Amino acid sequence: MITNEGMTLKKVSFFRKGRSVLKAVDLKIKRGELIGLIGPNGAGKSTLLKLMMKIWKPTEGSITLNDKNLEEWTQNRLAKQLAYLPQNLMIESAFSCKEVVMMGRYAHLKRFERESKEDALIVQKAMAQTKTTQLSERLITELSGGERQRVLLARTLAQEAKLILLDEPTANLDPHYQLDLLNRIESLVEKGLTVMMAIHDLGLAARYARRLVLLHQGRIVADGLPEVVLMPQHLKSVYGIEAEISRHPKTGWLSVLPMKVA
Amino acid sequence: MKANSVLRSAGQGGRFPAPGFILLLMTLLSGCIVLATATGAVQIPYALVTKILLNRLPFVDFSGWEKAHEIIIMTIRLPRVLLAVLVGGGLAISGATLQALFRNPMADPGVIGVSSGAALSAVIAITSGLSFHHYLILPFSAFLGALGTLFLVYAIATRQGRTPMATLLLSGIAVGIFMGSILSLILTRVPSIETFREIFFWLMGGLDGRGWRHLQIAAWPILIGSTALSFFSRDLNLLILEGEGGAAALGMEVRSVQRMLLVLASLVIGASVAFSGTIPFVGLIVPHVVRLMIGPDHRYLLIASFLAGGSLLVGADLLARTLVASEELPLGTLTSLIGVPFFLYLLNRDGRHVL
Repeated sequence: MITNEGMTLKKVSFFRKGRSVLKAVDLKIKRGELIGLIGPNGAGKSTLLKLMMKIWKPTEGSITLNDKNLEEWTQNRLAKQLAYLPQNLMIESAFSCKEVVMMGRYAHLKRFERESKEDALIVQKAMAQTKTTQLSERLITELSGGERQRVLLARTLAQEAKLILLDEPTANLDPHYQLDLLNRIESLVEKGLTVMMAIHDLGLAARYARRLVLLHQGRIVADGLPEVVLMPQHLKSVYGIEAEISRHPKTGWLSVLPMKVA
Repeated sequence: MKANSVLRSAGQGGRFPAPGFILLLMTLLSGCIVLATATGAVQIPYALVTKILLNRLPFVDFSGWEKAHEIIIMTIRLPRVLLAVLVGGGLAISGATLQALFRNPMADPGVIGVSSGAALSAVIAITSGLSFHHYLILPFSAFLGALGTLFLVYAIATRQGRTPMATLLLSGIAVGIFMGSILSLILTRVPSIETFREIFFWLMGGLDGRGWRHLQIAAWPILIGSTALSFFSRDLNLLILEGEGGAAALGMEVRSVQRMLLVLASLVIGASVAFSGTIPFVGLIVPHVVRLMIGPDHRYLLIASFLAGGSLLVGADLLARTLVASEELPLGTLTSLIGVPFFLYLLNRDGRHVL
């Protein structure tokens, strides 16, 4: 049997409160990819991620993970394959960072089971990978935005899922933390994880992701290499801006310089 | 939502290590039990009370006291004290559960309408004269009223298989108010002043005249429900930290967990209210006090709330029956009189407002 490892969306549409949010989205995510999901506000990026995480159900179309429809996955088994970091998570409960990361183990623990030494080791490792070990005993509510995002990424790792969905992981972070977080995400992909992240910064998206998916009014309007997706005519029709796309002479990174509103 | 921040504890400063705090609460509860069992019209020395109580444990053998003292303790005072422990603990643990389930600091056993449902059907049992036939008819109708209201509220809030917690909360409050109005309407029609007094004391809450026969029945749902709730600590942590969506993404079958929590909490609330009448405040404030002390981790918060709620109600019930000689004060009023100032003190400790 050929198993199609990864996630496949076929003709996925989604209506919410009488409004069509996603229209016939086709998408295939293969193992080991780092995909940047871009598009203007309200394009449907967060909705797409929520559908993939089975938090909402598509109105039409199908989503399959490893060749099995999401409907057939229990939330528990899904969470072992798929981890999700929501956007701007409001956190008001004063748990310690270690406790927050341990919550990533939820899917792996049975109701009457206690966290084992192995779980503690996994948490330790996830915190080391995200350089958050020194924050273990601090309260999550007391951290800066950058520290918090790293702790939440550690929790996503503690979930030991193969595919990670991140919704605006770099929003509200300063440039230092943005690069720092994206470097960590990149190194996770090098270790074999698959990541899809919604991201607003087109320059960072082009630099880190090897594949960009451009969403506009609920449709995928471009999907492929950054230099193909980030073409001036796309930026004009989707974002309504005139932009200059250039390559950095030394690094070869693409940069997008918005010139004016089109 | 700003009010939500009360769910956050006051930060690490002033926080106690949870296991130590639980040990402290256990000591406090034992102290309250001994104190309350010793105090009354006949004052019995604490040491003697402790001996008589410990004598009931296996492998413990004390002797040398008057039979009369043992009878007062074992048949009159102890069952009432233990019922106070269960009712106070049950209300507090279900309050803590509902606050996490709704992610709302205002949630308490009253919000899902369960208490009003219990009160209404209890009052119907009293005014219809049914409750005079057997001592269990009143608690049972209160209990059925509680569970019936839960299912009613749940059915109202469910659309196409989905039950949004915000809708459930609002439906619960609305149904609760509606039942309260029917209750007031019934009160205006009560024929005799005795019936009115009985209803009034039931609505104010109290444990007057409760004995082993009540305890035997109340203990099952309260203990089973509370124990079961404590197995959902991890789920409650997830729900309070980031709500339904986040909990689902971490692998929770959110809907079935929510339903389970509602049924268990209502079981405990229903049984508590059925045997004590409506006692406000315990379910709302005790979890907050405990959270301020040890933080939001439900693995400790639930058991600590149970112990603290139990201690509070034992203390309040002691005052209710001793403050004015040969008269019972309404228990529900006393819990608020003791608890509210203490809670406000905690909120303002170090000049720091948590709200």
